[in-house]
Amino acid sequence: MTTLQQAPPTQPAVKRVKRYTTTPRKSITLTLATGVILLYSVVPLFWLIVNATKSREGLTDSFGLWFADGEFLLFQNIAQTLTYNDGIFVRWFVNTLLYVVVGAGGATFLAVLGGYGLAKFRFPGRGAVFAVVIGAVAVPGTALAVPTFLMFSEMGLTDTPWAIIIPSLISPFGLYLMWTFANEAIPTELLEAARVDGSGEFRTFFQVGLPLLAPGIVTVLLFTTVATWNNYFLPLIMLKDPDWYPLTLGLNAWNAQATTNGGEVIFHLVITGSLLMIIPLIAAFLLLQRYWQSGLAAGSVKE
Amino acid sequence: MMYTSRRNLLRLAGAVGVASVLAACGGGDDSGTGGETVSADDVTKALEEGGELLVWSWDTTIAPTAQAFMTKYPKVKINVVNAGTNQDQYVALQNALSAGKGVPDLAHIEYYALSQFSLAKNVADLSGFGASAYKDKFAPGPWNAVSANGGVFGLPLDSGPMVLYYNKEVFDKHGVAVPTTWDEYYEAAKKLHAADPKVYIASDSGDAGTTTSMIWQAGGKPYTVNGTDITINFADAGAQKYTALWQKMIDEKLLSSISGWTDEWFQALGNGTLATLVVGAWMPSNLVSGSPNASGKWRVAPMPQWEKGGTATAENGGSAMSVMEASTRKALAYGFLDYLTAGEGVKTRIDNGAFPATTADLNSPEFQAKEFEYFGGQKINEIFAQSSANVVPGWSYLPYQVYANSIFKDTAGQAYISSTKLADGLKAWQDASVKYGNEQGFTVK
Repeated sequence: MTTLQQAPPTQPAVKRVKRYTTTPRKSITLTLATGVILLYSVVPLFWLIVNATKSREGLTDSFGLWFADGEFLLFQNIAQTLTYNDGIFVRWFVNTLLYVVVGAGGATFLAVLGGYGLAKFRFPGRGAVFAVVIGAVAVPGTALAVPTFLMFSEMGLTDTPWAIIIPSLISPFGLYLMWTFANEAIPTELLEAARVDGSGEFRTFFQVGLPLLAPGIVTVLLFTTVATWNNYFLPLIMLKDPDWYPLTLGLNAWNAQATTNGGEVIFHLVITGSLLMIIPLIAAFLLLQRYWQSGLAAGSVKE
Repeated sequence: MMYTSRRNLLRLAGAVGVASVLAACGGGDDSGTGGETVSADDVTKALEEGGELLVWSWDTTIAPTAQAFMTKYPKVKINVVNAGTNQDQYVALQNALSAGKGVPDLAHIEYYALSQFSLAKNVADLSGFGASAYKDKFAPGPWNAVSANGGVFGLPLDSGPMVLYYNKEVFDKHGVAVPTTWDEYYEAAKKLHAADPKVYIASDSGDAGTTTSMIWQAGGKPYTVNGTDITINFADAGAQKYTALWQKMIDEKLLSSISGWTDEWFQALGNGTLATLVVGAWMPSNLVSGSPNASGKWRVAPMPQWEKGGTATAENGGSAMSVMEASTRKALAYGFLDYLTAGEGVKTRIDNGAFPATTADLNSPEFQAKEFEYFGGQKINEIFAQSSANVVPGWSYLPYQVYANSIFKDTAGQAYISSTKLADGLKAWQDASVKYGNEQGFTVK
């Protein structure tokens, strides 16, 4: 059982702003450490961008971390990526979007509903639910993939988009996160006030609960989006029809072409495709960042 | 995303797969002639009536051939699906078989993996379809690979008679003669590496397919398979010839450790740091797209010999197309298979870069006279065809070779990275294969 946590102490409405004129302390060690981590994060991305501008020959002949001499084929590569194999890349892109919008969107919605219910209602069996959720967080999705496959093939769902969407709807971690967040962000008194004013449970949830949960929802949405966008193992065993592949499988299939007789080696398209694949994720993070602020409810209740 | 190694995945699938092999063996009907009978008229009728076929293959030449076929038989619709490359596809196939759903009508299965599916009766025996009469249509190596105990479990799609690919520019630059025997090959390896420490004659970090093919050429017969009675022996005269030579190559650090089929490998083949390649005749199309910058530098020579003046070769890779037992349209499937492997489709596939297994094409003047720009205008098909005719007969693979190959790196592969001797590594591979086979219900010695 969890104990209901206290809301954070309220802050005074007006903060007195102090101006410091002293320069912040410098630490060489910290600066170096941060620099190393920055390099570690940025170099692979830089490599990807640089190499997406090269031809097959350029990839093997030029220095990996800089542009090839007199070669800037980014747009030709993008065009070839989008048209290779009758434009199957575009199809994979649309599939991935479908899985993310329906799968990750659905997972977020269910997590919000469940988390709110668990946090704000008292009912028998809450402890058991909590134990199951915590247990489920500890089980890696990969371990469940094969049993899921066998179950789905019994139901005749393998090789259909449902085989990806349905398992994606379940996000124990998202549920746990929403639960904790709802505990913190929605003061129970606020809900009681709404009920006293005659609002029904659903109206209370949608009009009072949801706005307060927004920062948490965005967090969960980002998590599930990234997980679904990068999901590889589940589609690998569920899908055989390339028409339903997400990008992860598609790019891997392109990469594997190199390892077979009769196959065509298209590393340059795999690299360009990978670059195209991360752009939407980066965009999602940048766009959703402004919603990523917490403490919306702070100060709304007098305690 | 958690990383799951392909090996664990295979173990999992292997456990499912081989168990079903033996369930099928329990039937007591061990002769291969248990297939149904379908006459040529039945096939013709099926083609006229039409229908849909699902084909699993990762070979890029299948789709254009299927297109041509659909133009000829407008009522037939063929869906070609790339369900993964080699092992990935076998896992998928094994999963579909155990689920009993989603099994294709036709599946692309490499020779080394075929007996796993034929023993379990997952693939149809085509001897009753008239395939037995095709014996002379195909080169002996591929034909031997698809037929067993009087049954025919697929038709050869392509073949991989082995040759020596070498980078002429590198050999000329260092004044080294192209080796014709394995002894000369070893000498050439030393000379090249001494002349330029960056250059290796070949890369090998332990590859099951290459090792078994090398032993095959040396006359070794490590696997004897008789129904479910199996003997594994990696210490016969042929295997010893190979381990003696390769141990020297490893000890003297004459082999590069680059893993095959990676970007780095194609790069090394392109820039002259890997001077030779001993693989199957299907390699040219991979070289053309994988190492385009070496165009004009590579040549083909016959595979080096164990005895001076010998001609023995082996198959490396190569695959069959099989009709699955679960297919409900076997006559139609056979109609397409016939077109694809023995009929007009062969030409379409050769034009798209496939290497055939049909003797008529291998021996045709037009095929042999073709000049390849990438190989400096050399008529490489002449050498391939010669190699195809000289494959040492009588080779067989294990009925669970897919699994056995997946544990090669853990056992024999140790010889490449530690002080373990290659012969001991192969012995470890043998022991692990024996143990697994017995666990699966085979009688393995």
